[in-house]
Amino acid sequence: MMGMDLQNGRVEMGHGAGGRAMARLIGQLFVEAFDNPILRREHDAAVFDLPPGRVVMSTDTFVISPLFFPGGDIGSLAVHGTVNDIAMAGAVPKYLTAGFVLEEGFPLADLARIVDSMARAARDAGVEIVTGDTKVVERGHGDGVYINTAGVGVVADGVDIAGDRARPGDRVLISGTLGDHGVAVMSKRENLGFGTDLVSDSAALNGLVADMLAACPGIRVLRDPTRGGLAATLNEIAQQSGVGIELMEDAIPVRGAVKSACELLGLDPLYVANEGKLIAICADQDAGRLLAVMRAHERGGDAHIIGSVLADQRRFVRMKTRLGGTRMVDWISGEQLPRIC
Amino acid sequence: MKYIEEFRDPDLAQGLARAIRAEARADHAYRFMEFCGGHTHAIARYGVTDLLPANVRMIHGPGCPVCVLPVGKVDEAVALAGLDGMTLCTYADLLRVPGSGYDSLFKARARGADVRMVYSTQDALQIARDNPARQVVFFAIGFETTTPPTAVALTQARAEGLKNFTVHCNHVLTPAAMRAILDGGQDGVEIDGFVGPAHVSAVIGTKAYAPFSDDYGKPVVIAGFEPLDVMQAVLMLIRQVNAGKAVVENEYTRAVSFDGNLKAQALTDTVFRLRDSFAWRGLGDIPDSALSIHDDFADFDAERRFAIDTPTPRENKACACGDVLRGVKTPEDCKLFGSTCTPDNPMGACMVSSEGACAAHWTYGRFREGGRG
Ligand code: SF4
Repeated sequence: MMGMDLQNGRVEMGHGAGGRAMARLIGQLFVEAFDNPILRREHDAAVFDLPPGRVVMSTDTFVISPLFFPGGDIGSLAVHGTVNDIAMAGAVPKYLTAGFVLEEGFPLADLARIVDSMARAARDAGVEIVTGDTKVVERGHGDGVYINTAGVGVVADGVDIAGDRARPGDRVLISGTLGDHGVAVMSKRENLGFGTDLVSDSAALNGLVADMLAACPGIRVLRDPTRGGLAATLNEIAQQSGVGIELMEDAIPVRGAVKSACELLGLDPLYVANEGKLIAICADQDAGRLLAVMRAHERGGDAHIIGSVLADQRRFVRMKTRLGGTRMVDWISGEQLPRIC
Repeated sequence: MKYIEEFRDPDLAQGLARAIRAEARADHAYRFMEFCGGHTHAIARYGVTDLLPANVRMIHGPGCPVCVLPVGKVDEAVALAGLDGMTLCTYADLLRVPGSGYDSLFKARARGADVRMVYSTQDALQIARDNPARQVVFFAIGFETTTPPTAVALTQARAEGLKNFTVHCNHVLTPAAMRAILDGGQDGVEIDGFVGPAHVSAVIGTKAYAPFSDDYGKPVVIAGFEPLDVMQAVLMLIRQVNAGKAVVENEYTRAVSFDGNLKAQALTDTVFRLRDSFAWRGLGDIPDSALSIHDDFADFDAERRFAIDTPTPRENKACACGDVLRGVKTPEDCKLFGSTCTPDNPMGACMVSSEGACAAHWTYGRFREGGRG
């Protein structure tokens, strides 16, 4: 087949126009990388069976600058994000779709890197990318690449995980350190002027969730604290469950490098995004067992019990500070900005 | 960053809390004002109030740069931004502060005005160099900490002969505001001592506070912005009050000296002069409380270069920001607090900045009934 120049070529308007150029892009790049029997049939729609259980479905669109960051790229992130959204319903993710919006002029070599990274992430997570779509926008109308992924999974009978199930007396667990992704990405942005060896925690969490559910099928809530960080996630849960939550600042794991960077930029790690962490809420008597299972998994080595659920009609999330005082942990309002005083 | 951690050490904090409890006399009420928004923020964020006994009360002061700017000044910024060919640069918080009729720089930007948030005066200068066809005005706000960078930008602009860079000067002076609070009279708040500013004092030195100890008989302890700094300062204030003393003490010796930064002071003196009077939110017109641009730099003074005409400012009557800034009211005394006024939808300046008392109380302290902290 007449090849595309994957080394020096660039995305052209024709790559999204439905003609031969597009067919080549799809065949040579996407089908090649994502290869699986369902995709190979090259229907507009994927046809597949699902194992027994309730079906879970989720979608997310990924827009990130820079596209490549320490520990990942937009491709792996787009797989992990949707896999994790499905896993947080207690489901086993099975199939994904991938939609690309490409900007005219974007280097094909970069696109190939992103697609390969998606394929690797999908393989590692045990999911298949079974159908997709590509559009090209004129130069200047996009930031290189946007990716949408949607996914389906299946949740076993007897598993009931939802944001409205936290009860007073329950315990709150986190699977590891906070803020690694957000700070790693920020460190690569221009003009922020700080360097760090930090890498993003971007990872699929379905394996961890499977182990957790096997040991403790009664887990009440699972969430991944992405945008808005731990603070936003816990406030959502408090709202949905009609409870309060109290955290212990001492127990929350944060890497030294994340602390320093946040200090420098005037940010709070509780509000910084994570892409490979989850929080779990379970009954007090299950917490010890759940913690042990999490710590035994490679994605949960730094897991900690970080707080408790309280009865509180005002649905406040608060935190015992290291100093021994108490403060609110509110939703973020606007952007976090450095102080000028 | 081990350095920072030491100033947040839980054992040291508990030790200080014990000392404060032991030394604060049960038969006495201690009312200390932390002047700076940076302190207000630290107290709220670390829950310092919980470590103080009930008879030691912290009163939030006016040291929040955007909070003290009156509605009329916000209106002027909006009007300036609306001039043809104008690019207005300022520090981020100001963009969200509501002016008359809830107009703001954010809204002006949505209408098409070129409003930029900058992190330093150097960014504003660069925008002017890069856009010679536009007039670039830096809307300068802040206390003595932000004044020297503005002075540097003005001297650079003059040296480079920039024709399209001006400064709208709203720099204000800390000691003048402290005096206004103490002179508040009947309507004023009772204060037994001040936790003095951190960064501001690094510029003006401890010498600037002598009038408060000598003339007003109020103890002043300059403190850093870490929570343990604040607690140490509170303990030092309690000791002064108990001993019947009123002196200026310096807890923040790692950054503040008696004289302050003489170079910065000299630069400020050549670039600015004292304004006869300046209108503060909450504190009203205070003589000799702010700076304007010196005649030598007249070409770079936006007030002289651009004629703007703003109608009489309309304050939001229900917003108690003015009283909050003087320490007369707590945020929860305001009817709008938390109902219509939140950080997502601020009705007053004190809810905008993270240094503002209303924002700090909303974000960190509102689980406490009664507005303490
Ligand atoms: S709560 Fe809002 S309206 Fe009330 S004083 Fe504070 S800023 Fe003004």
